[in-house]
Amino acid sequence: MATLDAPAIVSSRRDFEDSFTLSRYLETGGYCALRKALTMFPEAVAAEVDAASLLGRGGAGFPAGRKWSMLRRSAISYLVVNGDESEPATFKDHYLVERDPHQLLEGVIIAAYALQVSQVFIFVRGEFALGLERVQQALNEAYSHGALGSKIFGSDFSVDVVMHPGAGAYICGEETALLEALEGKRGFPRIKPPFFPAVTGLYGEPTVVNNVETMSNLPWIVNNGGAAFAALGAGRSTGTRLFALAGNVKNPDVFELEMVKNTFRDLIFDPALGGGLFEGRTLKAFIPGGVSAPWFGPELLDTPLGQDEVGGLGSMLGSGSIVVLDDASCVVRATWRIAKFFSRESCGQCTPCREGSGWIERIMYRLEHGGGRMEDLDLLLDLCDNIAPGLTWPPQQTTICVLGPSIPSSVHSALSMFRDDFVAHVNHGGCSHD
Amino acid sequence: MTDVIRTSVTFTVDGRAVEAQPGELIIEAAERAGSYIPRFCYHPRMEPVGMCRMCLVEVDGPRGATLQPACYLKVADGMNVTTDSDKVKKAQDGVLEFLLANHPLDCPVCDKGGECPLQDQTLAHGSGETRFAEEKRHFVKPIPIGELVLLDRERCIQCARCTRFASEVAGDTEIAFAGRGDLIEVASSPTKPFDSVFSGNTVQICPVGALTAKPYRFSARPWDLEQVESTCTTCAVGCRVAVQSSGNRLTRVLGVDSEPVNHGWLCDKGRFTLDSIDANADSLDPLSAASRITDPMVRVRGVLTPVSWGVALAEAARLLHEAGGADAIGAIGGASLTNEGAFAWERFLRGAIGTENLDAQFGDGLDPVLLQSLRLASIDDAACAPVVLTLTGDLREELPVLFLRLRDSFVHRHHTLIELSSGPSALRSLAAHALAVRPGETPAIAHALVSGQLPLGTMVSEDELSDVRAILGDGTGVVIIAGRANLAEDQRLVDEAVQTLAAGLAQAKFLVALRRANVRGALDMGLGPRLRPGRGFDASASGRDTPAQLAAMVAGTQRATVVLGGCVLGNVVDQELATKALEVSSIICVTGHGGATLAYADVVLPATVQHERTGTVTNLEGRVTAVVPKIGAPGAAWSDVAIASELAIEWGQSLGLDSIELTAQAIEETTGYAALSVLQDQAFDGVVMGLNVTPVARHAMDPMAFPGIRSTKTVGLGESTGTTTLLDASTLATTSSAAPTDVTLSKVDVPLADAYAFRLVLARRLYDRGVAMQGSPALTGLVGATRLVLHSSDLDRLGLASGARVLVRAAGGNFEIDVETDDTVLRGTCVAPLGTLDANGFNVVSMMIDPSSPVTQLRLETR
Amino acid sequence: MSHFRADIRQRAEELVALYPRQRSAMLPLLHLAQEQDGYLSDEGIAEVAVLTDTTPADVRGTASFYDMFHLEPVGRYVVGVCTNVACLLAGGEELLEHASVTLGCPVGATSEDGLFTLEETECLADCNLAPCVQVNHRYVRTTTPDAFDAMINDLREGRLDHDVPSHGTLIRVKRQGGLRVAKDDVAAERAVAYAARAARAEAAAQAAAAVEIK
Ligand SMILES: Cc1cc2nc3c(=O)[nH]c(=O)nc-3n(C[C@H](O)[C@H](O)[C@H](O)COP(=O)(O)O)c2cc1C
Ligand code: SF4
Ligand code: FES
Repeated sequence: MATLDAPAIVSSRRDFEDSFTLSRYLETGGYCALRKALTMFPEAVAAEVDAASLLGRGGAGFPAGRKWSMLRRSAISYLVVNGDESEPATFKDHYLVERDPHQLLEGVIIAAYALQVSQVFIFVRGEFALGLERVQQALNEAYSHGALGSKIFGSDFSVDVVMHPGAGAYICGEETALLEALEGKRGFPRIKPPFFPAVTGLYGEPTVVNNVETMSNLPWIVNNGGAAFAALGAGRSTGTRLFALAGNVKNPDVFELEMVKNTFRDLIFDPALGGGLFEGRTLKAFIPGGVSAPWFGPELLDTPLGQDEVGGLGSMLGSGSIVVLDDASCVVRATWRIAKFFSRESCGQCTPCREGSGWIERIMYRLEHGGGRMEDLDLLLDLCDNIAPGLTWPPQQTTICVLGPSIPSSVHSALSMFRDDFVAHVNHGGCSHD
Repeated sequence: MTDVIRTSVTFTVDGRAVEAQPGELIIEAAERAGSYIPRFCYHPRMEPVGMCRMCLVEVDGPRGATLQPACYLKVADGMNVTTDSDKVKKAQDGVLEFLLANHPLDCPVCDKGGECPLQDQTLAHGSGETRFAEEKRHFVKPIPIGELVLLDRERCIQCARCTRFASEVAGDTEIAFAGRGDLIEVASSPTKPFDSVFSGNTVQICPVGALTAKPYRFSARPWDLEQVESTCTTCAVGCRVAVQSSGNRLTRVLGVDSEPVNHGWLCDKGRFTLDSIDANADSLDPLSAASRITDPMVRVRGVLTPVSWGVALAEAARLLHEAGGADAIGAIGGASLTNEGAFAWERFLRGAIGTENLDAQFGDGLDPVLLQSLRLASIDDAACAPVVLTLTGDLREELPVLFLRLRDSFVHRHHTLIELSSGPSALRSLAAHALAVRPGETPAIAHALVSGQLPLGTMVSEDELSDVRAILGDGTGVVIIAGRANLAEDQRLVDEAVQTLAAGLAQAKFLVALRRANVRGALDMGLGPRLRPGRGFDASASGRDTPAQLAAMVAGTQRATVVLGGCVLGNVVDQELATKALEVSSIICVTGHGGATLAYADVVLPATVQHERTGTVTNLEGRVTAVVPKIGAPGAAWSDVAIASELAIEWGQSLGLDSIELTAQAIEETTGYAALSVLQDQAFDGVVMGLNVTPVARHAMDPMAFPGIRSTKTVGLGESTGTTTLLDASTLATTSSAAPTDVTLSKVDVPLADAYAFRLVLARRLYDRGVAMQGSPALTGLVGATRLVLHSSDLDRLGLASGARVLVRAAGGNFEIDVETDDTVLRGTCVAPLGTLDANGFNVVSMMIDPSSPVTQLRLETR
Repeated sequence: MSHFRADIRQRAEELVALYPRQRSAMLPLLHLAQEQDGYLSDEGIAEVAVLTDTTPADVRGTASFYDMFHLEPVGRYVVGVCTNVACLLAGGEELLEHASVTLGCPVGATSEDGLFTLEETECLADCNLAPCVQVNHRYVRTTTPDAFDAMINDLREGRLDHDVPSHGTLIRVKRQGGLRVAKDDVAAERAVAYAARAARAEAAAQAAAAVEIK
């Protein structure tokens, strides 16, 4: 049975229709944390976050406290919030910006205070028209409420927050591509080094980039203390996390669960959560952390929902989205669709990603729609190997960013787990599921 | 910058310890150490982007050896780099295979076939068979992205070299990547095509056949091409070029990477106007600039008639004798000659005949003695100077590659630019200060800069002046680029300003922005009043410059005039005076090209032109380099040395200059000017006269960075050592012991501004109606029409809209012309381009000019 | 001479003022240009180039990177059907095919009446209601063919006008006021804060040292 007694840290206003309004937010304790933070020294706020061991919720899972401590001291620095959420089947930030924009803002202002940053950009995915309006509305309200602008809540701290709409490009979720988009350019991820935006970021100035969910945790952490947060979960995976469950389950949705205390089995099968598969279906595979992650088979269902727990098994918890495939769905088609996604979303800079993803997509298309050849299977693996040499996890790269190795991770895992299905497609001259 | 490596880090390449400069890129340091790493997107003259991923090598790091782009990563002490492991090989082969996946197999019809880095890589490393069984990506085959460049998107490998060149180097971001993923393409805007004057560079550096140049397309196969290294003489920057021909037909000019000069870049005029040299057999009209002159001619009963050399020379000698004395003889022009040609003519005209009436400039330059007395700066000095002050027109239009070098300095090294601005300039947006200088105010503003005394009535504010004065200081670290911003402003006003600046900013150095090809060399060889070969001058002598000669011709005191290359009517601003002068004087034209002046010629002597001749030339900084013939001259054309020598014999005196080598030797022996040394060692970057610049050996050029150029170290030139020690250039040659202030200039008074009139700024255009443009069908259509450009508030004041026509009341009469706005034009002035025609093919500029006044004022009325 | 309407132009200028560098306003300005014209017209692009101090080729190249910008005219309603994994598993491809039949145009094209442009989209982050459909980036949450057809009818008859503005209008809530924090004030504020922080760190270090000595 799932362990569901942890507090709702980021989804506590879930049941209110008007959860996005300032009045509801204030009624439910909103902006208290910010007021409290302003009475603390900035470094004390940062210390709480460090103590919380809050891992970034954007995908890479880097501890927020550590990242903040790397911010180069400079006359100008920026905080940029990543709300571009475009990883397929990930829809938790969508929930947060649309349903609880003030919580996000409060977190952002707390972070800005801790970092002593005076200009913040919240990058919100362009396709979230409603989310954009809600965030803008919340910003307007926060300004008039005195939570934003000059000398907020009468303190000595001033900050401006600007919402920046995206325009439809998955790659802009990658933090350096996001900064390029914010500079008004094509969303080409920046080549490393420099490795950390905290040293060289927006306009070359030090910049902290954090995910929407990461930010949304901050009010609770300030209110309750980093230790209380760290008391939840286990190991490096502390607190709770939003899991987006999608695919062949009865009840796909976003669930806030304490880290590590639950397993994938709990999430997928507990009646209060995913509710299990459809009648008569059995689990074929699941993707544990966004479609860039290598796949897991049913034998790994009891893996706890923790960063290192999943990482140790050759995949990642990533963006916290879990895609369930049952035995009636076609893994070749799913893999092809994922390949198509990455091919479409490659920014086009790196030869292996640009050409390799398109090539793989076309081979996968043939396998699925007819015209597949037996030699395609090894060719696929070799092409994957040319993008992510060794096909290890975490991947090695021949590319600038990790979008490149994302195709190999799904194609390689699907092909190694379900080679028979691929062979059947070749023999059948296409998909037999239709 | 030189080759000298400040060694301070040691790293390992393939097991060998290598020393490198801190900050050096792995790809460069490894190559020096003998490990060549394959590459496509990397170009040594642009910022690395690490996009193609061809240069992946293994670099040891905290997480073990990982694949890293060698073009992007800098060496660090103790770094361990492997370029030849199986892992590296697999990664590189993989990238190559990916690049070829969608690449069309049209090598046999591709212009790049035979000199294509992608093809070469594939032959060297490719597997020979393709595993790509899919349909290749399709785009509509070549589309024009500008007037001169076509794009075949199927062949593009997305290396971003062209787009980086456009935005980073040229500052013309009129091409950019469009689309995403494998649909990414280079694109221009339908509303504003890629009409950069530097567009040809993108074709040259494209590592595949994606970008092709209209003038060259399908004209040759690379393996049929022969090549020499030479110097472009389209303008005075003197870019080093590889000139290629197929048989006796010029096919292509490519930029050679000369560290001190052009960094491999060229302008489109220098690159594409080859047709004006050898492809104009159609045009036989000697009055057309598009024609080549191939036979000696004399005027017989009013008609220019082809004759033998003997007859022509005899007739020329007769005309000179008939003039009646040395002072009745003069010579105009000479900037298109080689140094040897200029020297031979100087020896004949001044040495044998004894005339002092010589001028290689057309009244559009600066006082030659003043010029020879300035403290000189090289192009590198200007590009490295913390502060540059310009007193010139738009350098992109006048000296395009100098513009590129300076732009780099301001954009990437953040040096300070101060413009004395008379009109629009492509550097304006980079200028820290642009001080408005209306026509006639040049000396006053210069004086204000050195004295701090601002005269009444200028557009410069006290604050601005004091800011600029603070930056300039005593001139330490300042390079002043001085030329003629406005050809409707009297030369003497600019001379005065230059003299003032030279005296007042004691530490500043000068780069003289003279524009015409070898004008500097011609002046150095003595083709100017009071000058002497070897950059000497006799300030006490007196001779007539071009305007004075024209006046003397009209007055009847100069009765025979030699026109040395260049068309008088095409170059002298005061057309009325020039026409009258040509009508009355005997005219001997020595030229390779036709032109309007030939209508007045009594004798025409055909000369070889660029890419047909041997010799040396001197660029605007004083750099002497070799020019090398690639094709034979048409018809009966002779070298200028031969013409001068034979005419001297016909006149009655031998110059002893029996060959070009002997002439170069004579120059070097009598003046110390490095002609022979340079001629004998043609492959390197030349010798800068009067400056202590260490000559540097050229590297073999990387065919990946400069595809199409066969190694300039060897082709046709012999091995260059770059160690020529014949000369110590710093101690050379000049008798120019005088300081600028010792030069006496004549004063001129500027009339008061007429409140109802506009002062005219006559500006040079790169695409003008000169020989090169008219002789090149591909470019001739790019010459713009004459328009008057005004500040929008002035246009408003006149009640006019942009694009409207105005009635101009000018010295030469009244005429109508189209007007445009540009708010970088100074209020109360109007800008007109020199060397263009109005919509009716009419040269209105000559009507505008008021030769009686040092500035020209125009009254504009609505129609 | 502005191509933008006066109100759009004013908003554009306000947007530019929000950023440390004018080019940063590129994406919001392009959204604005699209709001006025329904797509990115050459004139709109030219105006954005001026506002961002770039060139038309640069603006065009930048815009074409992003799926939401249309360089050709599109319908009043851009209908996007997601077929990415979660939606694929829930019948996204089938719904897209159905949409194509209903609208009478292939994917990527505009219906004959010029009202609808149909697109296949990547994941729209609403996977619990798969397959996911957006019209002009508003979720319409019609997961079945019938619901889809009804929604199209509603659109045609203007019943959804309130929820779904015409294509290009993205954010109807306007920012109230520009930046409130003056750059100079910030510098001063930061300097004080940093100094105070350094003093605290120093004091803490001394205290720690004192403890150690004890
Ligand atoms: C291809 C790619 C896509 C990404 N997309 C997102 C995204 O949509 N949202 C996000 O927050 N982080 C995304 N990331 C991760 C960010 O680069 C970055 O690590 C994160 O925003 C940092 O925030 P955090 O530390 O709070 O997680 C993506 C990374 C990659 C490589
Ligand atoms: S790996 Fe792909 S998405 Fe990432 S930078 Fe390279 S081409 Fe762009
Ligand atoms: S990535 Fe290094 S040469 Fe292209």
